[in-house]
Amino acid sequence: MIKFSDEQLKQVQELVARYPEGKQKSALIPLLHMAQDTRGGWLSAETMDEVASLLQLEPIEVYEVATFYSMFNLQPVGKHVFEVCQTGPCMLNGSDRIIAHIKKRLGIGVSETTPDGLFTLKTVECLGACGYAPMMQYGITYREHLTEEKVDAIIEECKRDNHG
Amino acid sequence: MAKKLLLEKAHVEGIRYFDVYRREGGYASVEKALKMEPAAIVEEVKKSGLRGRGGAGFPSGMKWSFLAKPEGVPRYLVCNADESEPGTFKDRYLMEFIPHLLIEGLIVSSFALGSNRTYIYIRGEYAWIVAILEQAIAEAKQNGFLGKNILGTGFDCEIYVQRGAGAYICGEETALIESLEGKRGNPRIKPPFPAVKGLWDCPTVVNNVETLAAVVPIINMGGEEYAKIGVGRSTGTKLISACGNINKPGVYEIDMTISVEEFIYSDEYCGGIPNGKRLKACIPGGSSVPILPANLLLTTAKGETRYMNYESLADGGFTTGSMMGSGGFIVLDEDQCVVKHTLTLARFYRHESCGQCSPCREGTGWMEKILMKLENGKGEMSDIDLLWDIQRKIEGNTICPLGDAAAWPVAAAIRHFRDEFEWHVNNPEVCTTQNYGLAHYADPIHVPA
Repeated sequence: MIKFSDEQLKQVQELVARYPEGKQKSALIPLLHMAQDTRGGWLSAETMDEVASLLQLEPIEVYEVATFYSMFNLQPVGKHVFEVCQTGPCMLNGSDRIIAHIKKRLGIGVSETTPDGLFTLKTVECLGACGYAPMMQYGITYREHLTEEKVDAIIEECKRDNHG
Repeated sequence: MAKKLLLEKAHVEGIRYFDVYRREGGYASVEKALKMEPAAIVEEVKKSGLRGRGGAGFPSGMKWSFLAKPEGVPRYLVCNADESEPGTFKDRYLMEFIPHLLIEGLIVSSFALGSNRTYIYIRGEYAWIVAILEQAIAEAKQNGFLGKNILGTGFDCEIYVQRGAGAYICGEETALIESLEGKRGNPRIKPPFPAVKGLWDCPTVVNNVETLAAVVPIINMGGEEYAKIGVGRSTGTKLISACGNINKPGVYEIDMTISVEEFIYSDEYCGGIPNGKRLKACIPGGSSVPILPANLLLTTAKGETRYMNYESLADGGFTTGSMMGSGGFIVLDEDQCVVKHTLTLARFYRHESCGQCSPCREGTGWMEKILMKLENGKGEMSDIDLLWDIQRKIEGNTICPLGDAAAWPVAAAIRHFRDEFEWHVNNPEVCTTQNYGLAHYADPIHVPA
């Protein structure tokens, strides 16, 4: 069974201390973020069970939350995840073109991962960057004012990062 | 140049840091407020006429006065930073550029409401802003504005930042509370309202980022002075996030006396439409408020100039008007297809429906499917009426306002652009590659029976 590191367990304690006594369930979403960020970008059933035991919750309480929020991946994803917004304002500024370009460049469809496990393409709904459209989330930051050239540069950056 | 109360200093170099913010006059409202009675602060906010900046526009002072104060029960202030309404990115801007303004507003508001533990619930995708806010909180604490015995007054307050994880519904205050408690974001049935039974069943106030930031100028200048800015019941300044087909997308602080036309065409704001295109339509207050065709956007049905404030934008009700909403201002130029744009919004609401109420859970999916048919040239005339019928059956029949929010954009699109929907049915081959254009502006407004 995978275990959280001592450093992480300390963070868990700090998180739980943010809430009144007995309300440690509030730490669930922050803890799931932490788990996903440090375990390959997704949440396995095993990870969720461990989170449940840390917060003294029933596993089902963790599953029902993890399945509700779109940021939690319940299947393995590629090393680099492109989450491209396709809602109204981004559509008005050409998000369709950006999605089509990424599909062509990576040879995958939406919600698919390249065979080498490097890239996953997801479409998402409005991320609050409407004035800087089209955009995508990559890692913890946003890549905005996207063009085909910018997308190519990001893909190259990811590939370099992988060899470096 | 309009008076700025929130973003005046947002571009001072280093304003993100405490020392610079303080040098520029920051945290003066905390020093002033902590010498006042909490009830007197609530009174100032009431006098200011401040209305909730998240979308509903409910008077903030009144909301505060509803907070129950049972003996021995903690009260909570929760800042709603779950900004997710398509077209809206103003809170992000404020938090990213001038985070201390929010922290300052939160300290004053926490004191007024008696909250010793205050939470900022921020949408999960704004991950990098969490670090900015936590830095600001740590600095405020180091300088005695947070923590125990603030400024020697005996008032204790901690502020914590809680990340969501991708759910528009958590912007609804009871869903937000559920999420903050570590659950699925299913809205609660009201009453009881959060003011009586909110976070962990304790009395709770949930306010938007911009609302809480506005408390700072209100305390600094006094509620009455604040109320003199603006017009009628639209007091103070409002952040508008402008996007879509405009030359200068971005966040603008306006004093609600300017006309919609000036806002779109003036170089001080949106700077007009790119490439000399004509204005086709606009959603003035975030994706859920009614879309208006250019003629009804710039002037009301009576032919009067329409202004960027709560009353003027709502003039004509939903038949010929719209709403200020969250201030997410989405502009469509003549090349845009209303059917396609409505489809992206319908898809958004289907994706974001929490699934608790059948009309919303099922209805949003049906609307998306029918719009998909129409957009792809596979629609029939009866689909337009069916779409109208479905949205009518969602509106008002759900626990939370997401149902209404999903219904309104579809209703308004059919109401004002029915010709365009019909054109899609009559021109199944052409409609996937061409746009209907602006011809129907000469027609009277269609209101299906």
